[in-house]
Amino acid sequence: MAVQQALGSGEQRQREHTKATKALLAGRRGASGADPLFRGITIALAGVILMLLVAIFVILFNDARAALASYGIGLITGRVWNPQQQVFGILPYIYGTVYTSFIGLLIATPIAIGAALFIVEYAPNWLRGPISFVVELLAAIPSIIYGLWGFFVLGPFLRDHVERPILKNVLQNVPGLNQLVQGPAIGKDILVAGVILAIMILPTIMSVAREVIATVPGTQREGMLALGATRWEMIKGAVLPYARAGIIGSAMLGLGRALGETMAVTLTIGNSSPKIGWSLLTPGYTMASAIANQFNEADSPIYFSAVVSIALTLLVVSGIVNLLARLIVSRFGGDTRATGI
Amino acid sequence: MAIETFPSQPGKQPLNLKMVSGHAAVRRTINLLLASLIGGSALLGVGILFIILAYIIARGAPALNFDFFTKRPAPLGQAGGGVAPAILGSLTMVGIGALIGIPIGVGAAIYLAEFGRGRYAYTVRFVADLLTGLPSIAIGAFVWAVLVRRVFHGFNAVAGGVALAIIMIPIITRTVEEILRLVPNSLREASLALGTPTWKTILQVVLPVARGGIITGVVLSLARAGGETAPLLLTALGNEFFNFNLNEPMSSLPTQIYNYAKSPYADSHTKAWGSSLVLILVIGSLSLLTRLLTRRGQFKQ
Repeated sequence: MAVQQALGSGEQRQREHTKATKALLAGRRGASGADPLFRGITIALAGVILMLLVAIFVILFNDARAALASYGIGLITGRVWNPQQQVFGILPYIYGTVYTSFIGLLIATPIAIGAALFIVEYAPNWLRGPISFVVELLAAIPSIIYGLWGFFVLGPFLRDHVERPILKNVLQNVPGLNQLVQGPAIGKDILVAGVILAIMILPTIMSVAREVIATVPGTQREGMLALGATRWEMIKGAVLPYARAGIIGSAMLGLGRALGETMAVTLTIGNSSPKIGWSLLTPGYTMASAIANQFNEADSPIYFSAVVSIALTLLVVSGIVNLLARLIVSRFGGDTRATGI
Repeated sequence: MAIETFPSQPGKQPLNLKMVSGHAAVRRTINLLLASLIGGSALLGVGILFIILAYIIARGAPALNFDFFTKRPAPLGQAGGGVAPAILGSLTMVGIGALIGIPIGVGAAIYLAEFGRGRYAYTVRFVADLLTGLPSIAIGAFVWAVLVRRVFHGFNAVAGGVALAIIMIPIITRTVEEILRLVPNSLREASLALGTPTWKTILQVVLPVARGGIITGVVLSLARAGGETAPLLLTALGNEFFNFNLNEPMSSLPTQIYNYAKSPYADSHTKAWGSSLVLILVIGSLSLLTRLLTRRGQFKQ
């Protein structure tokens, strides 16, 4: 056994070597008196991370209980949120969150995949790094600055150049689609919030999609090209099917970010009385913007509990989306932390 | 077209020969069209950054003057005043966040990189990643429910710092863990072979070698925390006055931008852009600095 090990490949020896170090570090052999203490401290500090997640859920659930007890399932399914009359239904906020995030995803995903394809499949080597870097810088801009820009620049721009001339004038006359453009175009609505979200989640989707696309084996591409395929046919036939699952995961990571986005949405969505409808031009609320707007008014215990239950709902929804996204992406060769700046 | 499909790789999507057939001119046109769409997407992604930055600089630069950095905000509607309390508040609360977050984050990273095996370490890693993805407003709501409503009975700077710490901890943990893993094992072995205890090996050999990378990870988390608005809004609220009492509401650059943006006065809007310019300059230079530092080799010996 020992001889076999000694004769083993360099790689194998390296592995044994590392194992021995790990065992030493783990204090299995020759531990001094202070080592177990040091190890215990680091274990405890790691435990703080676990405790944080548990505490967040427990505290929010505990404080949401009063509202849950009073309104039951109606808290989630109720369509009216009226603090003066102590009627609390979160559904309009859930609707606003889902609708804006969906629009953001719808706009950002194709652009992000396009940018990722450009970086991996088209761009010359020297251009790859700089483009990725610049797009990822978008993730470093604080959300309040997106909000400011959306509030003063993007909102008015969309109102004057998209909502009024295009959406109102054209879609108004199309049966069915006219549902999307009910109401006046004021530039602070679901559409503007959705577009801002699209910009904000673009780097998230792009950087993960780029990594996933880069893991597609070269032979896959060469086989397609050898058949006489054009570059697009190669992408469509060999790259995208291979990377599909990972790309879906990257879009879900983007969705996770969009669901919880607060300041940018709060400044661009209009925050007016929430109505549930299909119009892109309705000012609305998302769960996050409702919390940001109402936490300081929540004076009565039941109002406080209702606001906390919005936070809990948001936490559960985005937690599930994040969990699924991370499982998918880590299974298909991407790095979920590629998104941070 | 006798063969319709053939397997490209076992278990993977078969290549479809129909895809590489058709009129050559049509295929070339489609190829060109899609290439331009893909190129256009990349251009859009790059362009949007420059558009946003251009707006921040063009609209923010006129707001910057000496008063802007030294005075407190003027009453709404009045010209003049500055954002000095916001700058100080941001520094204070990011500082509190760092004081709490760095020891916990680095300690957890040491555990994960040096000892971490098995289910416990796997769970910590996964939960840290999950925490990074949670909405920051939910973290703010948590601190609001605990510290603001229960412990302090009012908005205060400490709660703001704690909220920022919770945002920083998972970022520090995961980046520092990666860095520690890059430290060559031979260094650890050399130290252990000399009879140095494990704790001393880690603190006096591993950490100093990885110092550059650890600083990078920490600074990146500071930059992230410095731009957070929602958690500070729910915990420290904001303040128009200079405040050095940690038990009172405290201003910060992001919440100040929010207040200025919501106000109806043009002068306030200019100040909102100016504050954004300051914020982005600080965050941008931090990111850039650390990127340059990491590029210049972390493990000089």
